[in-house]
Amino acid sequence: MNIGYYPGCALHGSSNDCEQSLRACLSALDVQLGEIKDWICCGATAAHSLNHKLSLALPARNLAVAERDGFKQLFAPCPLCSMQLLKAKKAVADERVRKELSEIVEADVRGESEVLNLIQLFEKIGVDRLKPAVKAPLESITAACYYGCLLTRPPDVVHFDDFEQPSSMESIVAALGAKTVEWNYKTECCGAGMTMCNEDIVLELAHKILSNAAEHGANCLVVACPMCHVNLDMKQAAVERRFGKKLGMVVYYLSDLVGLALGLSAEQLGINRHFVTQA
Amino acid sequence: MENQALGQVTSERLPVHFPDPIQVANCYQCGKCTAGCPVAMHMDVAPNQVVRLAQLGEWEKALRSRAIWECVGCQTCSTRCPKEVDCAGVMDALREASLARGMAAPGRYFVVAFQKIFLENIHRNGRLNELELIGHFKVDVLLHTGRIPFLFKDAGLAPQLGKRKKLHLIPGRARDRGVVERIFERCSGERKA
Ligand code: SF4
Ligand code: SF4
Ligand code: SF4
Repeated sequence: MNIGYYPGCALHGSSNDCEQSLRACLSALDVQLGEIKDWICCGATAAHSLNHKLSLALPARNLAVAERDGFKQLFAPCPLCSMQLLKAKKAVADERVRKELSEIVEADVRGESEVLNLIQLFEKIGVDRLKPAVKAPLESITAACYYGCLLTRPPDVVHFDDFEQPSSMESIVAALGAKTVEWNYKTECCGAGMTMCNEDIVLELAHKILSNAAEHGANCLVVACPMCHVNLDMKQAAVERRFGKKLGMVVYYLSDLVGLALGLSAEQLGINRHFVTQA
Repeated sequence: MENQALGQVTSERLPVHFPDPIQVANCYQCGKCTAGCPVAMHMDVAPNQVVRLAQLGEWEKALRSRAIWECVGCQTCSTRCPKEVDCAGVMDALREASLARGMAAPGRYFVVAFQKIFLENIHRNGRLNELELIGHFKVDVLLHTGRIPFLFKDAGLAPQLGKRKKLHLIPGRARDRGVVERIFERCSGERKA
């Protein structure tokens, strides 16, 4: 498998533990990622909040470069990046918009590559292939799978899983020998990119999510989004201070659990670099 | 600010330009968007009311609201709307117009400044430079409000990030910044209404 890879700024910045986890895990599974040449930031919340045209053009440029280099699939681990790529892809279905965007970004945007999120990447690899590769079944893990807002939304853009009751992550986690719980906040938003500029909201939402997972018997959370990880892991100590209670909830990236089950160590996967670690 | 008379509710006639697929006229005020919004309780104007203001052409209220800057862009409202109104897209278009007209709610200074600085950062570097972003945000907020942004009240977070090798001291930049510059230029012209 040779899949185009759009890391986005998060994975090259403070979420580089996510990239470490991914790379370790994928090389164990013999999946190659081809990083998109000279990719640029998709503009994130700032672009879609402040400049609509730009919020289509920036991801369109990356899409065009990936397509030019022959990638049929483009993996974007940050769901905000992948939503922006998919919005651009949807927009270029209109030939007039496609021409305009192609001119703006100085490359032919066809909008044909399939955009994959982290869960879809593992679905592509396939449970059939994962299962026999499991060396250390995750028997001690009871996970709350957390999808957050953008993995499944908006459904007419991302076309992924059930947008109110998704279950794709559970299927993968179950294949690794771990248990999962039913709980209420699977698709509630964690405050996403507001970590720095609207901390009150992030703490409040993270508190609800973490507490609900604990109340339903989970001993860890699994996420497929670098922003979720920041809000739930990095900010967990702040949540504990604000709400005066101990949570101690470990937050894994989906690739961490896959990697652990494949027999990789916490150090290889970068789990030791998370803020909340196993007691 | 021109006020549209009640009854003129088609988006084509509104002075704030919504992308074509957004039809605010379709909203029948069921309130489902507000019911699912994770931050509605912090808004001065609830999401369904924001859509109503857009229907009525009450631009002054919509563009000066705090609500549009409280919105975290989670897409829940758009996903659940029974009339397929892209409420999150309405929020985006209003934010863009609010900033362009200098009407952003002063009480939401943190959010507004952050988004602006974020975009400038990408404009300059092609990719986000986190340290530069944090630095510029901190200085900007300090100059304007005399307060230090949240991140730095979180005692010791920066060294904690450093210890975990989560801060890149030499961040990657896009090599072809010429194309980034030209994309920004082509997207920053006058918007067609
Ligand atoms: S959404 Fe995040 S990580 Fe994705 S490219 Fe854009 S800023 Fe950068
Ligand atoms: S859910 Fe849709 S129809 Fe209902 S109030 Fe919100 S925007 Fe209007
Ligand atoms: S996109 Fe904004 S308005 Fe809509 S539900 Fe999310 S936070 Fe609320």
